[in-house]
Amino acid sequence: MADYNAMELMICVAARNLENGATVVVGTGAPCAAAMLSQKTHSPNLTIMFEAGGVAPILPSMPISVGDSRTFHKAILASSMPDIMETCQRGMVDYTFLGGAQIDMYGNINSTMIGANHAKPKVRFPGSGGANDLASLCWRTMVMTPQDSKRFTDKIDFITSPGYLSGGNSRYEAGLPKGTGPYRIITNMAIMGFDDTSKRMKVLNINPGYNRTDIQDNCGFELLWADRITETEPPHEEELRILREEVDPHRYIIGR
Amino acid sequence: MNKEVELKQGQNQLFSDPDADKAREFFRSKSRAMVNKVTTVDEAVKRLVKDGDYIAIGGFGANRIPTAVLHEIARQGKKNLAFAGHTATHDMQILVGGECIDRLDIAYVIGLEARGLSPNARRAVESGKIKLTEWTNATLSWRLKAAAMGLSYLPARNIMGTDTFKYSAAKEVLCPFTNQKFAAFPALYPDFAAIHVHECDVYGNAHVFGSTVSDQDLAKASKRVVITTERIISNDEIRRQPTATFIPFWCVDAVVEVPYGSYPGNMPYEYFSDEEHIRQWLKIEKDPEEFRKFFKKQILDTKNFYEYLELNGGIARMLKLRAIEHLTHNR
Repeated sequence: MADYNAMELMICVAARNLENGATVVVGTGAPCAAAMLSQKTHSPNLTIMFEAGGVAPILPSMPISVGDSRTFHKAILASSMPDIMETCQRGMVDYTFLGGAQIDMYGNINSTMIGANHAKPKVRFPGSGGANDLASLCWRTMVMTPQDSKRFTDKIDFITSPGYLSGGNSRYEAGLPKGTGPYRIITNMAIMGFDDTSKRMKVLNINPGYNRTDIQDNCGFELLWADRITETEPPHEEELRILREEVDPHRYIIGR
Repeated sequence: MNKEVELKQGQNQLFSDPDADKAREFFRSKSRAMVNKVTTVDEAVKRLVKDGDYIAIGGFGANRIPTAVLHEIARQGKKNLAFAGHTATHDMQILVGGECIDRLDIAYVIGLEARGLSPNARRAVESGKIKLTEWTNATLSWRLKAAAMGLSYLPARNIMGTDTFKYSAAKEVLCPFTNQKFAAFPALYPDFAAIHVHECDVYGNAHVFGSTVSDQDLAKASKRVVITTERIISNDEIRRQPTATFIPFWCVDAVVEVPYGSYPGNMPYEYFSDEEHIRQWLKIEKDPEEFRKFFKKQILDTKNFYEYLELNGGIARMLKLRAIEHLTHNR
């Protein structure tokens, strides 16, 4: 079996979830690597988009900013932020990826602050950027993140970007577009989806080397479990080769 | 949606007036004359930026930013500015370094994307001395678009149900046609905007290449606009391809030719960002006293942008960044 690290596994799993012909808005880092890997394996016609306006670039290297010149290198379109966000709002964008300091059982994400006082936060993070917009307006949101019980919490300090809010039908009732929401949470330990009715996080696959106890112990809320749980398919030799040689040869992302 | 639905509103402060009639009154008196607007950075900032203004910056953080104008705002010691933090990264580092801002519309601040966080901007935001209202990148784009359209708000379908909405100054509204609930975003008419472009003529007719972020709406929405440009081109060049005119002269109050004007940021098709210099900022910001000295030497004590470029490697460095942008450098 191929030798790989957790980041490589998460990127490979994310890449497999992006089907040929789909559209995806990515940021810098692991999501961009996943989209590039997907393009170079099973989804040559995956359209990669960046929120500052780049659409379908031929990426010469990993961008350092979602607005830098790499994001529209030999692209189909170099447009604008409102154009990208309006394309999401029209329902033309299938996937996006988000990250954050905290995530709760409904897939709500905090990338704004830690503390109780918004005016004087204990720890301040950059804020939404485009994250809330993409989580609100793209059909399916995915998260790639290391899993621990501080990050996976039942007491989120600030909902920056919407998951299923308080579960059930609350996301739609809040006014967010019907049929949108978190789709997969990909961690070093497991792959989670969401229960159809309660909209609570539900384990679908367990990554090689972990068990149910590990996964629940590293989560600050009670996880649901799918009826049939299978082991995550580890990265294939060919996926690893492309990821290491073509997508991230300097190991900026997978080297961490 | 049923009719009894409760309409919520964000609880934080709105730092600018969305009134479309007041904006019309202003624009009624704004000059539309196609006259030569070429000036210096120093003069443009003196004339167009006032203490207490609401300002906004074109480009995207460290991509196509009007660095010379940002430096000059700090150098002239402008105070109590409100700032649109629309993926504000290096622009925010400069304005916070100069202690110029006291109100902040936040979409994305203090981060420098893949490069990490700015310790100094983070200290400023965590200090409680800057008033904060939350927004998002799309929301600030649409607030500028509402102003560009001459309206007082635009409805959209994001942010409802989140704390980002709760700490914004947005309001929920019902669509009069479908009864669907939307978030209403107040028009943002900045007092001042600075935008860096690839080329423009002496009247301010400008071309921009690559992603345009929100700059077309920003130019239309803002009351006073300075354009810095990599190069000034002839009016004939503008008239040869009118479909390429990205910003027309009537939006523009001042034009300044500033080659390498986005340094240390990226200027698409011209030069890449100076990652070493930006890393140096992030490192030195960890120590407030060291950063104060660095900021003084780099910005406050330099006479103008060219002294700053000289301090950081001058033309040799610029040529290296050109090679990186054009993928012709040796790694």
